Amino acid sequence: MMTFLRDRKVRDVLWQAVATIGMVAVIWFFVRNASDNMVKAGIASGFKFLWRDSGIEVPFNITGYKPSDTILALLWTGIVNTLLVSAASIVVATVVGFTVGLLRLSRNWLLSSLAGFYIEFVRNIPLLFFVLFWYFGVLAALPTPRDSYDFLGVIFLNRRGLSIPTPTEVTGFRLALLAIAILVATQIVLARWARARQARTGRDFPVWPVGFVLCGALPLAALVAAGFGTNWDVPSLRGFNYRGGFVLVPEFVALFMALSTYAAGFIAEVVRGGVLSVRQGQIDAARALGLTPGRVVRLVVIPQAMPVIIPPITSQYLNLIKNSSFGAAIAYPEIVAVFMGSALVATGQAIEIIAITLGIYLTLSLAVSLFMNWYNARHRLVTR
Amino acid sequence: MKTAPALPGWIAMLRQRLFATPMDAAVTLVCLYVVWRISVPLVDWLLLDANWQGRSRDDCKSSGACWVFIRARFGQFMYGMYPGPERWRVDLLGILIVATGLLLSWRGLPQRRAAVIASVIVLPPLGVWLLYGGGGLSLVETREWGGLMLTLFLAVYAGLIAVPLGILLALGRCSRLPLIRFASVVFIEFWRGVPIITVIFLASLLLPLIMPTGFNVDRLARAVIGLAFVIAAYMAEAVRGGLQALPEGQTEAAQALGLGYWRIQRLIVLPQALRIALPAMTNEFISLFKSTTLVLIVSIFDLLGIAQAALADPAWVGMNMEAYVFAGAIYWFACFALSQWSRLRERQLQAAHGR
Repeated sequence: MMTFLRDRKVRDVLWQAVATIGMVAVIWFFVRNASDNMVKAGIASGFKFLWRDSGIEVPFNITGYKPSDTILALLWTGIVNTLLVSAASIVVATVVGFTVGLLRLSRNWLLSSLAGFYIEFVRNIPLLFFVLFWYFGVLAALPTPRDSYDFLGVIFLNRRGLSIPTPTEVTGFRLALLAIAILVATQIVLARWARARQARTGRDFPVWPVGFVLCGALPLAALVAAGFGTNWDVPSLRGFNYRGGFVLVPEFVALFMALSTYAAGFIAEVVRGGVLSVRQGQIDAARALGLTPGRVVRLVVIPQAMPVIIPPITSQYLNLIKNSSFGAAIAYPEIVAVFMGSALVATGQAIEIIAITLGIYLTLSLAVSLFMNWYNARHRLVTR
Repeated sequence: MKTAPALPGWIAMLRQRLFATPMDAAVTLVCLYVVWRISVPLVDWLLLDANWQGRSRDDCKSSGACWVFIRARFGQFMYGMYPGPERWRVDLLGILIVATGLLLSWRGLPQRRAAVIASVIVLPPLGVWLLYGGGGLSLVETREWGGLMLTLFLAVYAGLIAVPLGILLALGRCSRLPLIRFASVVFIEFWRGVPIITVIFLASLLLPLIMPTGFNVDRLARAVIGLAFVIAAYMAEAVRGGLQALPEGQTEAAQALGLGYWRIQRLIVLPQALRIALPAMTNEFISLFKSTTLVLIVSIFDLLGIAQAALADPAWVGMNMEAYVFAGAIYWFACFALSQWSRLRERQLQAAHGR
C-alpha cells in the first residue's frame, strides 16, 4: 500500500511539500505574533513616516541636510555618509593593501617579516577594537584646537577633527576635471593604437612613460593650476575653535583610519595569494624569452594574477562597505546610526526601518555579486 | 693550495636574505631603524617604565603604562559584574570544558564517539545552568555577566548553533530538490548580505516582537541567536566548499550500495567534507569570535565593552591605552592561536592528500 512512497519523484515532491508547509507555518506564526504585539503596543505601520519632519541633528553631512527636513532626507544623508567613508577607505586600503602584499613577497627577509607582522596584527583583532582605539585612544589624546597640529598653515588636526580648506568657487576645478577627462581619453585611444600597431608591425611604443605624463603629471599640473587660480576658504582659529574650510569630524577620521588599515591587511593577503598563484614556470619562460624584469611583471605576472585577485578583493570591498556600519558605535552618522538608531527611536517603526536598512545593504551586495559574476565570466582564463 | 675559509652558515644566510645587493642592504638598514624607533618606546612603555605595584591611580608615578589599573579591575575584565562569591561557577565551567576537551582529544579513549556525542548533549545545558543558576544555585541575571567570560559564552554558544545549522544549510544548497535549494540560498545570501551590526539590532528589536505576548527572550539569547544566524550562513559556504571538493563517485558508490540520503551524508559525505572544510570553518569561527564585540551596540558588556566602560570611571581617568592594550592582546592571542591551528590542519590535510 505504501509502495508509492518508494518512488523517488513522489518522495521528492512530498519532502518539498513538508518543508514548504513548515516554513510557511513558522513565518505565519511570527507575522501573526508581530501584528498582535504591534496592535497591543499601538505602533503605527506603513511608510508614511518617511515624509515626516525628522527633527534630528546630523553633525556631519555634505548633503545640506537640516533637522527640519524629512526622514527620507535623513536616510539619504546616512547613505551618503556611508558611501563617503567607504569610498575614502577603499582607496587607501587598496593602496596600502597592494603595497603590504607585495612587500610580504619581498626577497628581503626583514621587509617581508614586517609586512607579515602587520597582516597578522590587523587580521587577528576585532575591527570594533580598532574603531574604538582610534576614536577614544588616539583622537581623544590629540591637542585642543589652540594647540593644533599645523600642516603648512592650511590644514589643522586637533581633537575636534581635521580642518581642511575648501575652494570658494569651483569653475577652475571644473575646467581642470574636463582637461583630465580629455587626457585620460587620449591615453586610452593611444594605448589601443599602440597595441594594434605592435600586433601589426612589432614596433614598440612607450605607452607607460607617455601614460605617466598624460595621466599623472599633466592632471596634477592642471589641479595645481586650478588651485592657484581659485580663492580658498582657509580654516583659522577664532575663539576656541577653527572656523571656515571643511571639518572632517573625529568620528569620520577614526572610522576611516580603522576601516582602511583593517581592510588593507585582508587585501594584502589576497594580493599575495594572487601573485603566488602565477606559476614559477611562467616567469622563467618569460625571462628565457629575454623580457626585462619590468615587462615580466607587466606582461606575465599582472595579467595572470589580476583575475585571481579581483573577485576576492571585490568581496573585501563589499565587507568594507558593510563594516562602515561600525561607525554606529562611535556615532558617525552613517545609515545604521542615523536611521536604525535615531530615526527608529523617533518613530518607533522598527519593522519598516529594519526592512529599509537591510534592503539597502542587500541591494549593494547584490550589485557587487552581479559585477563579480560578470567579471568572472568575462575574464575566465582561457586555458589550452 | 688554500681556499677561502667558508663562512659560517648563519652569516651566509643573513647575507643572502638581508644584504644580497646594495639596495637590499639599504632597505634592511631602513627597516632596522624603523623597528628600533618603534620598539624602544613601546618596550619602555609596556614593560620597563610601567607601574606594576599599587592599588590606586596615585601609585602610577613613572611614565610607562599603569598596569595597576588592570590589576585592580582584573575581576571585571574576566567576569563583568558577575557577583564575586559566585565566580567559582564560571571557573568550574571553564575547567570542565577544558578537561573534557583534553579527554576527548585523546585518541585512545574507549567509546570516544559516544563520549563526544554525550558531552555535546550534556555540557551546553549544564553550562547555562551553572552560569545562570536555578535549581539550588542562586540566580545570576545575564545583565550581570560580562568581560572575557561573556565573550567566550557568546562565541561558544553561537558556534554551537551555527555549526549544525550551517551544515544543514550547506546540504540544502547542494540538494537535488529545487525548493530546498532555493530556500537555503535565500537564507544564506540574506544573512551574508547584511552587516552583523544590523543583525544584532534586528535580533534585539524583532525577536521580542515576533514571539507570543508574554514570552520573553533574554537579551543575551537574542544576541546569541543573531550572531548564530549570520555565522551559520558563512559556515554553510565553508562546508559547501568541502562538499564540492568531494568526487561525485563517493555518493554514487554509496547509492550503489543502497544507502539512503541521510546515511550517505552521515557515513560517507560529511566525515570527508568536514575534514576538508575544517580550516575554512575555523576561519569563520575566528570571525565570529571577533564579531562578538558588536554586542556592545545593544549594551551587553563583553571583554571590549568592559574595557570601554572602565574608561568612564572617574577614579581611573586616562587609562584608555592600558585598557585597549590589555583587551586587544587577549583577542590577538586567541585569534592568532586559532588561525595557526587552522593553518596546521590545512598543511596536514595537504600532506595527507599527497599534494
